[in-house]
Amino acid sequence: MSVAGINVLVEETRARQAAATAPLLAIRDVSTYYGSVAALRGVDLEVGEGEIVTLIGANGAGKSTLMMTIFGAPQARTGSVVYAGQDITRLPTHAIARLGLAQSPEGRRVFPRMSVFENLQMGASLHGGRHFAGDLERVCALFPRLKERLQQRAGTMSGGEQQMLAIGRALMSRPRLLLLDEPSLGLAPLVVKGIFDAIRDLNRQDGMTIFLVEQNAYHALKLAHRGYVLVNGRVTMSGTGRQLLDDPAVKSAYLEGGHGVAAGA
Amino acid sequence: MDVFLQQLINGLTLGSIYGLIAIGYTMVFGIIGMVNFAHGDVFMVSSFIALIAFLILTAWLGISSVALALLIVLVLAMALTALWGWAIERVAYRPLRGSFRLAPLISAIGVSIFLSNFVQVTQGARNKSTPPMLEGGIALMQSEGYTVFLSYKQVLIMTVTAVLLTGFWYLVQRTPFGRAQRACEQDRKMAALLGIDVDRTISLTFVLGAALAAVAGVLYLLYYGVVSFSDGFVPGVKAFTAAVLGGIGSLPGAVLGGLIIGLIEVFWSAYFSIEYKDVAAFSILAIVLIFMPSGILGRAEVEKV
Repeated sequence: MSVAGINVLVEETRARQAAATAPLLAIRDVSTYYGSVAALRGVDLEVGEGEIVTLIGANGAGKSTLMMTIFGAPQARTGSVVYAGQDITRLPTHAIARLGLAQSPEGRRVFPRMSVFENLQMGASLHGGRHFAGDLERVCALFPRLKERLQQRAGTMSGGEQQMLAIGRALMSRPRLLLLDEPSLGLAPLVVKGIFDAIRDLNRQDGMTIFLVEQNAYHALKLAHRGYVLVNGRVTMSGTGRQLLDDPAVKSAYLEGGHGVAAGA
Repeated sequence: MDVFLQQLINGLTLGSIYGLIAIGYTMVFGIIGMVNFAHGDVFMVSSFIALIAFLILTAWLGISSVALALLIVLVLAMALTALWGWAIERVAYRPLRGSFRLAPLISAIGVSIFLSNFVQVTQGARNKSTPPMLEGGIALMQSEGYTVFLSYKQVLIMTVTAVLLTGFWYLVQRTPFGRAQRACEQDRKMAALLGIDVDRTISLTFVLGAALAAVAGVLYLLYYGVVSFSDGFVPGVKAFTAAVLGGIGSLPGAVLGGLIIGLIEVFWSAYFSIEYKDVAAFSILAIVLIFMPSGILGRAEVEKV
């Protein structure tokens, strides 16, 4: 058996072990509505401590809605979101953030009229300046580009730089669970690789649990321990990253002919 | 020249008071995009609080030191007015957040009417006056029987404004609270995702705006020695004009706008006719807005995203 094959086995075992204990994040039968339109219909999903879990799906499948529902904005109409054993379905957004979840949201949402430095300070708001210097150094080591631009206004940076800032800002809060919504969207392949490498390092070296939403299915599934497929607000498939990569349905819908293969080739 | 200098001093004094009120308009607009039309009446209420506090302190408690009495009055007025500001936001604006855009505006006009009527009913419709305090000043220049006079009151008003503006600028630019406030201005949802309690930040903004209006109210009472229930409206509109002129959302802009409006008003009254001073002030506003739609220090709305 090749080294790569053993690695896959190790990862699958790790994934199973993680799932066997109580998951860090459990989404149970969650439905979310915008007005009377259902965006999520009975979604079940789990993220175990120390895992990278990815959610793939087409545009408009409800991926970002799920990310925001975890943070209670909008709140799930039915079902529950449980984090570290605590039901957070009805908590206000800021209270959820204080429990140790951080999100780099869809569209990056950096504060455009603040400097990069201030954006990172905002990320560290919850710690009131404790261990700020050390965390800043870590984020700058992860994204050296940010270090050069600390005093620049975030709104004037390129999309890739803003993406790094959004992730860096999320990291500044020292999250136990990091949610990343399409970190590769609109970025050059080389930048994408850098960001995915960073995600892997965070998981492997710091043991950070990561829940990743991606359109770039090939990269995301390769990186993740486990994955879910979301179609029209419903989870239609789940499995290890490898299983999903090899699944003919996933292949035809999200990989072959899609940008996933092109970017991965 | 002498007349000019005197009017300059008077204009800067009046402008300082407008500027202090304008900061409240500009901060609230910045954070929730709403014109708080009740802000002028909050200013008027603070004047009455100051008046009552001053009378109690001097007449009943027999405090003879004017400086001490003023200090206590200032602290009391700021605290109680801040409480009003907090309560108004809680009762009249917060329940309407997420409602259609005009709803809080209508509610604000309602609060404005309520406050002026409440004060009219409880305090009476007549002008209330204080005994003169902090008299005297410095004669700067004397020629041909005309004295340019800088009163201690004017020195106090301009100093307090300068100190508060500096303090506020520091608060907004350099402290975690100020950062949270600016974050809420730029993207409320994202601020919440980072653990910022947006409702609390908005409440505090109202509290701070009201406290500043209270300082303006105390200074106004000190300067003119008289206040009536209807005194919220005109200074309120002038201060709002100042905020728009300076660039709504900008703190230094609010004070700059206040000073400009104050100067125009005073100079127009001195050299032309006092009846048309408001026409002059509002005309300048219209002209500036034609050429600088976002105000003097306001930022253009175009942004790279």
